Amino acid sequence: MDLPSSLLDQAVEQFASLPGIGRKTALRLALHLLKQSPEEVSAFGNAFIRMRNEVQFCSRCHNLCETELCSICRNPKREVALLCVVEDMRDIIAVENTQQFKGFYHVLGGVISPMDGVGPNDLQIESLVNRVAEGEIKEVILALSTTMEGDTTNFYLYKKLAPFEVNITTIARGVAIGDELEYTDEVTLGRSILHRTPYEATLSR
Amino acid sequence: MTAKKLHLQQLTLVNFKNYVEAELSFSPQVNCFVGNNGEGKTNLLDAIYYLSFCKSYFNPIDSQNIRHNEAFLLIQGNFEKGEQHEKIHCGIKRGQKKQFRRNKKEYTRLADHIGLLPLVMVSPADINLVYEGSEVRRKFIDGVVSQFNKAYLDDLLQYIRVLSHRNALLKQFAQQRMFDATSLELWDMQLDEFGSRIYQHRKAFLNDFIPLFREHYTKLSEGREVPDLEYQSKLAGASLLELLEQAREKDRVVQYTTVGIHKDDLVFRLGDYPIKKFGSQGQQKSYLIALKLAQYDYIRQQKETTPLLLLDDIFDKLDAHRVKALMNRVSSGSFGQIFITDTDRERLDRLFADIDIDCRIFNIVEGQAQHQTAENHGA
Ligand SMILES: [Zn+2]
Repeated sequence: MDLPSSLLDQAVEQFASLPGIGRKTALRLALHLLKQSPEEVSAFGNAFIRMRNEVQFCSRCHNLCETELCSICRNPKREVALLCVVEDMRDIIAVENTQQFKGFYHVLGGVISPMDGVGPNDLQIESLVNRVAEGEIKEVILALSTTMEGDTTNFYLYKKLAPFEVNITTIARGVAIGDELEYTDEVTLGRSILHRTPYEATLSR
Repeated sequence: MTAKKLHLQQLTLVNFKNYVEAELSFSPQVNCFVGNNGEGKTNLLDAIYYLSFCKSYFNPIDSQNIRHNEAFLLIQGNFEKGEQHEKIHCGIKRGQKKQFRRNKKEYTRLADHIGLLPLVMVSPADINLVYEGSEVRRKFIDGVVSQFNKAYLDDLLQYIRVLSHRNALLKQFAQQRMFDATSLELWDMQLDEFGSRIYQHRKAFLNDFIPLFREHYTKLSEGREVPDLEYQSKLAGASLLELLEQAREKDRVVQYTTVGIHKDDLVFRLGDYPIKKFGSQGQQKSYLIALKLAQYDYIRQQKETTPLLLLDDIFDKLDAHRVKALMNRVSSGSFGQIFITDTDRERLDRLFADIDIDCRIFNIVEGQAQHQTAENHGA
């Protein structure tokens, strides 16, 4: 596809670099922006630039935020004794939507998966252990996806947390089998958070 | 024992290998594809194989089974299994996910289809079982067991995944010049879990299978040689967890997993000798046919269904009495539906001349199948 303007071409290239966007769609989006006023397009572009430059990670739970601590970690009404461990921030949104959980979160940033080059050191595991070591947390809820890699990570965390006096639970099995947490519907997810079960120290099903 | 009869009534092909279009109606008993090499006899068997296993017996790359310069292929089969009618549809488009439907309903997992239409293929390519590496022989076991045991197939898929993780981890240890025992143990435990179950299933299967195999070989060879088949697995002597621990240093050096059920093997012997080195062509062929017929009996017992039997070009290197022994079994009706390919029309006529069985013959020329009327056969 030869475009009449190299500037247009560059814009199309950028859109097409996004996941799931082909060149045809990219061209349609770029032409759409051309029809808008320069101010509107500036606002559009600046939103991404500011997001990338100014978003930070919460120093406690590694959720996204704009200050040192995220809004959940700053909330004094939440229960210090409960900690929910999730893969990424989308899972926080899913759990928050159920309105059944009043504790704090810890975002691991993924699950252990050597095939994808992800080992324990690439995840926020040390900081999790440090949080638990402080002694205020009484229960750690593991809410990772029920895949082989999620199970493996659960087991690893269980071993790392074994020296501490803390209950380790999982959200009920059968809720999200094979699915990611974010796709589980709110009612089922909410119920399974209420009826979480003690973690069984085994990798078998 | 009564087994459900399974038979393929009709096969429709579009752009499959060298077939532009074909529609064949089959006898529930014997069907023969006759023609010179390269005309497309075996492709018909492969199309039937596709409908059972969702893939080709010969070429695992789906798009390469599409007719040259065409965009898609289609294979459809109308089956009867007991009283049940099964319409299977397989569609492959270049660059797209394979479509596989049972009675118009698309499968979400192809593995769910395996075992619905049991089938045994006997082909000259089986000789790979003798000459190639152990992987081919493990696949033979896995192929049989998976046809009736879904949990086995799942364990196998999980095992392969754990193994890939473990091997990736060993590579990373070497690259980063580090070692973390805890990380490795996570995968060791899971290999042990899935591996032990797979080992137990393989062992149980071979316990039942080996006597069946001996019986078939003895019939084919009229008792002249004593065949032996042995399952070799290190798990026979120790648990996989122990084996992994013993092999840890070695695994770290070579950067992959050196023990486990992915190293199991089957040893083929005649008397005290491996057939690979000492068997004649005829002996090897009998050995392989006996393996496949034992597979046939085993699957029929397990599935309580008569599998389809596909015999590709098997008469060539068998001597006369071995052929006769095989045809005796065909005529006794202990098989269900059979598909045979041969280059020699007269040989087939002779073989079926004094057997009272419904036999349909198709002449295959350049990707076209023509049904020969029954009158001019066996008269
Ligand atoms: Zn936070």
